[in-house]
Amino acid sequence: MNPLALFESIVAFRFMREGLTQTLLIVFGVALGCGVIIFMSALLAGMQANIVRRTLNFQAPIQILAPEQVARPLRDGGRESVAAQVQPRSQQLRSIDQWQKVRTDIARIPDVIGVTPVVSGPGFARRGEATKSVTLIGIEIETYFDVIALPEKIIAGRHDVGPLDIVIGIELAKDLGMAIGDKLTLTTAAGIASTLTVAGIFDFGNKGANQRNVYVALRTAQNLLDLVGGASSIEVKVRDPFAAEKIAQDIRAGHDLEVDSWIKTNAQFFSAMAAQILANTLIRIFVGLTVALGIASVLVVSVVQKSKEIGILRAMGTARARVLRVFLIQGGFMGLTGALFGSLLAWGFLLLWRGVARNPDGTPLFIVIIEPSLFAIACAGATLVGILAAVVPARRAARLDPAVAIRG
Amino acid sequence: MADALRVETLRLAGVRKSYGTGTPVEVEVLHGIDLTLQRGEFTALIGPSGSGKTTLLNLIGLLDKPTAGQLFVAGQEASALGEMEATRLRGRAIGFIFQYHYLLPAFTALENVMMPMLAARGRADAKMRDIAAGLLARVGLTPWRDHKASDISGGQQQRVAIARALAMTPVLVLADEPSGNLDTENADAVFDLMRDVNETSGTTFLIVTHDPRLARRCDRIVELVDGRIAADRPNTADRGGERRHTQAGALPT
Repeated sequence: MNPLALFESIVAFRFMREGLTQTLLIVFGVALGCGVIIFMSALLAGMQANIVRRTLNFQAPIQILAPEQVARPLRDGGRESVAAQVQPRSQQLRSIDQWQKVRTDIARIPDVIGVTPVVSGPGFARRGEATKSVTLIGIEIETYFDVIALPEKIIAGRHDVGPLDIVIGIELAKDLGMAIGDKLTLTTAAGIASTLTVAGIFDFGNKGANQRNVYVALRTAQNLLDLVGGASSIEVKVRDPFAAEKIAQDIRAGHDLEVDSWIKTNAQFFSAMAAQILANTLIRIFVGLTVALGIASVLVVSVVQKSKEIGILRAMGTARARVLRVFLIQGGFMGLTGALFGSLLAWGFLLLWRGVARNPDGTPLFIVIIEPSLFAIACAGATLVGILAAVVPARRAARLDPAVAIRG
Repeated sequence: MADALRVETLRLAGVRKSYGTGTPVEVEVLHGIDLTLQRGEFTALIGPSGSGKTTLLNLIGLLDKPTAGQLFVAGQEASALGEMEATRLRGRAIGFIFQYHYLLPAFTALENVMMPMLAARGRADAKMRDIAAGLLARVGLTPWRDHKASDISGGQQQRVAIARALAMTPVLVLADEPSGNLDTENADAVFDLMRDVNETSGTTFLIVTHDPRLARRCDRIVELVDGRIAADRPNTADRGGERRHTQAGALPT
């Protein structure tokens, strides 16, 4: 079954070869359009993926906290005595009520791929004369790395902290002049201090996190923060980070807890991203329209040029549907070949971009992901656009009155 | 005996054709045509310009539909067929030869001859190629079979067109000024070829021509004037006794 032996494809390809200049010009045009779309999309996708990855490096997509404490002035049932002013309560570090139960509940939600309790609070890291304020994060070694890929970020030492170990960021290590095996004293607001050994140093690629975050064992943090047996938050990882807010809402509905998704906490980033996606969509639509109009106009001209031949084909018994398909094939083929060349073009540009766009220190500005599916979608889309663009000229060709076409 | 074997290739009964039907400028071009062609007839259709020859040929060739009357091709009432069936019948039963040969210039001579078979069956195969090669051999163009249609002479192109018209072994071949664009020598060759096909295969021919010389070489001459058949006579002129003139008696008036 050779599709090229079909009447429709034989005639379509011969027609295109006959108008080779036209065909090449439009294929070139489609290639440029598709190339731009692919290049822009890859760039945008790469940028998003990079930002998402950097953010979610050290932040769980969903974080569950104890409900906020609110001041409830006592009221007397019958008598009207309302406080004129109620000061909001300052939030103290508290554990989530029955966090073990919450954790098992959440783990049961589909799409949740990691749940881990965390005890976290402020503290000071001191070594000799130098003191730095840090965020102390107590982690459950068995589950924490399902949520945060800390092990991948370790640049020295190890990640599985023991009761007297601490893992610190590269900036903090620099500030305090520390290396693996050195000791530092950690003091918390609760007034409890402990001397810990640096077991590992991480680099999240984010200065704030590298400076502030320090990781210790859950039990150690519970002791230091005076929260024995408790968990100040539960961190949740979901399969699709962009569905985090939806899942957060579901959790919120089922529990009297404070549930934050990274989408909420990074609202500005998401609105910037939405704007970019919108801009990219607009560009896609307009390039698609331009490609469609180009193909349509080439085929309209071709139908006029070939009206006599179409008339002869019809006179010798060619069905209208066949004539229609001859032109649909041409449209689809122009779209597809254009997209293939466009893919090549975009691929070249992306490689070039990868080589050229670098940070001052030589690392890539961001990693451009060359996703094969992007090329496949572009080719399929361009083929479809080509076929749709060919509908009007093809119908015109199919409706040609052979008697008129032959004599005209 | 001869009457019993007689088969109608084409029959027109009271065929009328108007243009601009339903508008104030409605014009009737054909005013009731009755015409029957028997299998194997070789007929010339003559008439002055504007007499309706082309319109009649379009109707017979199923390229257009009559406004009134009936049209039978190979026993099938073509005037009652829808567009798709008419196209199928046209491909199967009728071959066209046009004045300006109208080959598909992008294709070779062989591919042009294959084209009607390809259009009917949808897929190229070796058998089509063999049939087309045989037809090209018959019109004496085997050496040119792989030349582009645009690269061969006018006379050769018209012979390819004849081969193409015969590809589906039609019962009726319609030729519109088949030699009008050729010099005398080529015109004669083309005419002889059609005559030869007619005699060996029994294919019915209807030839529109302005050339009285060619018309005289046909078996029967139908003359159209102002949308009516003005004369329909067997041609006995210079063809002598070598041809059969069996159709004369069967003509309607």
